[in-house]
Amino acid sequence: MKNDLLTGKLVHLTAENPEVMAECFSRWNQDSEWLRLLDTEPPRLFSQKNWKEWLEKNLEKDERDRIFFAIRTLEGETLIGFTGLFDLFQQHGDTLVAIALGERKFWGNGYGSDAMRVMLRYAFNELNLHRVGLIVFEYNPRAIRSYEKVGFVPEGRVRGAMLRDGRRWDYLYMGIMREEWLAKGIMTS
Amino acid sequence: MSIDTQLFEGKLIRLAPIDHEKDPEVESRWTHDLSLSRALWRKPAMPLSVTQMKKKYEAIEKEVDETKRCFHFTIRGREDNRLLGFVRIEGVEWTHSIGSLKLAIGDPVERGKGYGSEALQLMLRFAFSELNLYRVSVVVGEDNPAAVKFFTRFGFVEEVRRRKALVRDGQTWDSIHLGLLRDEWLASNSKEEDGDEK
Repeated sequence: MKNDLLTGKLVHLTAENPEVMAECFSRWNQDSEWLRLLDTEPPRLFSQKNWKEWLEKNLEKDERDRIFFAIRTLEGETLIGFTGLFDLFQQHGDTLVAIALGERKFWGNGYGSDAMRVMLRYAFNELNLHRVGLIVFEYNPRAIRSYEKVGFVPEGRVRGAMLRDGRRWDYLYMGIMREEWLAKGIMTS
Repeated sequence: MSIDTQLFEGKLIRLAPIDHEKDPEVESRWTHDLSLSRALWRKPAMPLSVTQMKKKYEAIEKEVDETKRCFHFTIRGREDNRLLGFVRIEGVEWTHSIGSLKLAIGDPVERGKGYGSEALQLMLRFAFSELNLYRVSVVVGEDNPAAVKFFTRFGFVEEVRRRKALVRDGQTWDSIHLGLLRDEWLASNSKEEDGDEK
């Protein structure tokens, strides 16, 4: 079923069984570029079995401070990535959002932005949050541009928080307020 | 400093382990002033009973022991060993040599006496000289300007302002992230030592 609230122009957000996500995560994690754009932790190349156990433990438990959706294309139902909310503080109306497309051939074609817009609508219209923030690494200009396009604005940089390939890199914080999202007028209803 | 420098000894205070017998009662009392919890965490503030506090201390030691990403010390009076507060480095990422700091002097009457300053200086020396961190972060709310001033005094620089990320008492406040790099700490420290000599 395609719920309108979770459906965008190119993708929709879905709930998946742990074994389905485990296969994806185990495969996507072997793409070190993908993982280094996404995470500060060194890759560990966990097995599907390990991923499945981790997902069962972490994603099935209560959803008060985190939310996780898979991203599937509308055309062909291909599972191309995931998006989630973490550090979700309902009483402050604030959360951080994460998004990543594991299937490289879907990079740079608007699938990520579309999924982000759906996630923002969910955050603002269903959870009634008043802001959404994110962290992106300095060496990921493609992601920064895509977040700007959706309406995120810079909120600061954590200097030298990451050491990779022999040099220090900043984390960038970005955020979007409900009013900014409304003013942007994309997929607000 | 040298190898015989006592890392946990200050002039007024010392950094010490948790006392599971005595500390829970003291800290349970502190938690009944919610402003302390509000200054430290974003989760809903609530008081903790002595039993809850005991469990929390056990969880803290377990976290220190098992995750290896956290260092938690109590702050105690140098003379009488009474519990004054705690200071911790948490969320350490060893790959990137970074960590976050939290510091609390529990009883409002004990604030402004220099205990926090000394505990912070000891903890920063521990972070940079023993843990070899490259940077230390602190997150404070805009509703706590005293904390912003305090950390700024020790060289922390404002890096991030997450707009209106706190809602309290019907008002919104920014969440302010401050950072201190090892080089900055070294520079301000050598200045201080020069000052001491004069």
